[in-house]
Amino acid sequence: MAEITLRHLAHSYLPSPAGPEDYAIREMDHIWHQGGAYALLGPSGCGKSTLLNIISGLLEPSSGEVLFDGERVNSLAPEQRNIAQVFQFPVVYDTMTVFDNLAFPLRNTGMAETKIREKVLEVAEVLELTPQLKRKAKNLTADEKQKVSMGRGLVREDVSAILFDEPLTVIDPQLKWKLRRKLKEIHRRFNITMVYVTHDQLEASTFADKIAVMYQGQVVQFGTPRELYERPAHTFVGYFIGSPGMNLLDISVKDDQVRCGEVVIPVTPRMRDLIAQSDSSNIRLGIRPDFVEVFETPEADALTVNVVNAQDLGTYSILTLALGDITLKARINEDQPTPKGKAYIRFPQARLGVYIDEYRVETDHE
Amino acid sequence: MNKVYDNKAWLLILPMLALVAFSAIIPLMTVVNYSVQDVFDANTRFFTGTEWFVQMLNDPTLQSALLRQFAFSLTVLCIQVPLGIGIALLMPKKGWQASAVLILVTLPLLIPWNVVGSIWQIFTRGDIGLMGWGLRELGYEYNITRSTVDAWGTIIIMDVWHWTPLIALLCYSGLRSIPEAYYQAARIDRASRWAVFRYIQLPKLTNVLVIGVLLRFMHSFMIYAEPFVLTGGGPGSSTTFLSQSLTTMAIGQQDLGPSAAFSLIYFLIILLVSWVFYTAIMNMQKDKEGGA
Repeated sequence: MAEITLRHLAHSYLPSPAGPEDYAIREMDHIWHQGGAYALLGPSGCGKSTLLNIISGLLEPSSGEVLFDGERVNSLAPEQRNIAQVFQFPVVYDTMTVFDNLAFPLRNTGMAETKIREKVLEVAEVLELTPQLKRKAKNLTADEKQKVSMGRGLVREDVSAILFDEPLTVIDPQLKWKLRRKLKEIHRRFNITMVYVTHDQLEASTFADKIAVMYQGQVVQFGTPRELYERPAHTFVGYFIGSPGMNLLDISVKDDQVRCGEVVIPVTPRMRDLIAQSDSSNIRLGIRPDFVEVFETPEADALTVNVVNAQDLGTYSILTLALGDITLKARINEDQPTPKGKAYIRFPQARLGVYIDEYRVETDHE
Repeated sequence: MNKVYDNKAWLLILPMLALVAFSAIIPLMTVVNYSVQDVFDANTRFFTGTEWFVQMLNDPTLQSALLRQFAFSLTVLCIQVPLGIGIALLMPKKGWQASAVLILVTLPLLIPWNVVGSIWQIFTRGDIGLMGWGLRELGYEYNITRSTVDAWGTIIIMDVWHWTPLIALLCYSGLRSIPEAYYQAARIDRASRWAVFRYIQLPKLTNVLVIGVLLRFMHSFMIYAEPFVLTGGGPGSSTTFLSQSLTTMAIGQQDLGPSAAFSLIYFLIILLVSWVFYTAIMNMQKDKEGGA
């Protein structure tokens, strides 16, 4: 059982970091609750593996605290924390059999052999490794090896969290979903906190209840897959999640109207006020391609655009539209007619987000 | 897909065959030729069959040389392998220290065999050699020309000094290729330092160690120049190893038939030991239950 709290945590690989760009992890606060299935999503080099290694104790953070159930564990070595970690490339002890591999962490704690046997058989059953128990780990396939690495975490009764560092990278695509399902099953069965690092949004959203999106050493949003999709808190989340990413329009206020270039964009009065009050020069409107309404004929409040390109992707099409000199993407379903030449678009105001200095500003009325 | 069978492709291995013929088969067949004949001069020869082989196998001088040879090879292997692994484990892994230590460790490997013998010959002299003089000053009557123990000890130390670096280098490269994740996983599994060595480092070193042991076995089994320069095979014949006996017989006494027979026996012993060792190690890595 453990709730993992990160308090004012920051880490730099340099001995004397000068600016924020020297930090692999910029100061952050975060809580992973007991029993949750979490994903840590972000592009390569955003600091997600660094964060994972700090939690498991392989790295000591430059500043801030790591707390397990409120207890500071900064200076505890990985072997003293009740944590298991599964790495990108499967780590097995080649010369041992699968049984010995699974028994290894228990033997290291000096557990009685009968007890070990019982635990190993139980975990092997769950992971469907029973037929392989007597084989040498060296001769297993990549997915079997990865299951063995996972099993070494699961056999330990004291483990309260398992950290996964892109564990499916070397697994064949058709086996990936099987292993992912296995992970879900294990999570339900063992009530263990799981943190899953990946750069694949599909993997993250199928595995996790809540996803933390990392960008430049910071968690920019922590929410359910749906929240990340519908209300990205940061322009990066809008861009990184979804395919294609969110449309972002640079805007300014002129004559009391919100404009993108010379085009006037209809927004709620509250949004307009927020934008007008801000003295930042980095203000953008964001909308997902699927929320853009596309019409073939003029509608009230609709903007006129040129259809540059239509890409048929089976059940839906992606339209590339030119609004003045800005390019937009819109997604329409296959039953909707594809407009040619000119089209008319509307941004539903509930779906519009205002981003000031990259972060979303709350524009709801309640 | 239709595979085309064309036996003309065999012709492509002819150049390789020619090369192997000149480098191995022809010289070896010359020796085989001598080993089954008694040659007096260019025109007079008798076919002797297995006579030389039987004679050689029953020759007490060669038997004792063979025993000495095995004792020597085993001793140096038993010292060099653990020592080499130990040195490799202690060598720094990054920074300028890594390069510096690497060069220092490699140095003995760069010295030619007979020069090694000469260096140690001088090193062990009682009057001007640092080791010989030092030991005498410490009160130990060190004399490699009189004492068998001193001669043996010195040859073994010399070989350990000369060749342990090879094992160390091989192991060092093997250790470097172990991904960091293995050590991290071991820490998380609470493995002891010994367990890390036994279950991570040693298995990953198996391949390089097989090569290292085979090379060292063959080298040490054929050792010639160093003891020849250092002790000349003495005192008595206590450090006369196989190759030296063979050279004496072939060059010194011109007994071509017996020495050819003995060369072949010598060759077969090395081949057999290497093969048994290699097969045994490879079998260890297989599943016990036939991989079911």
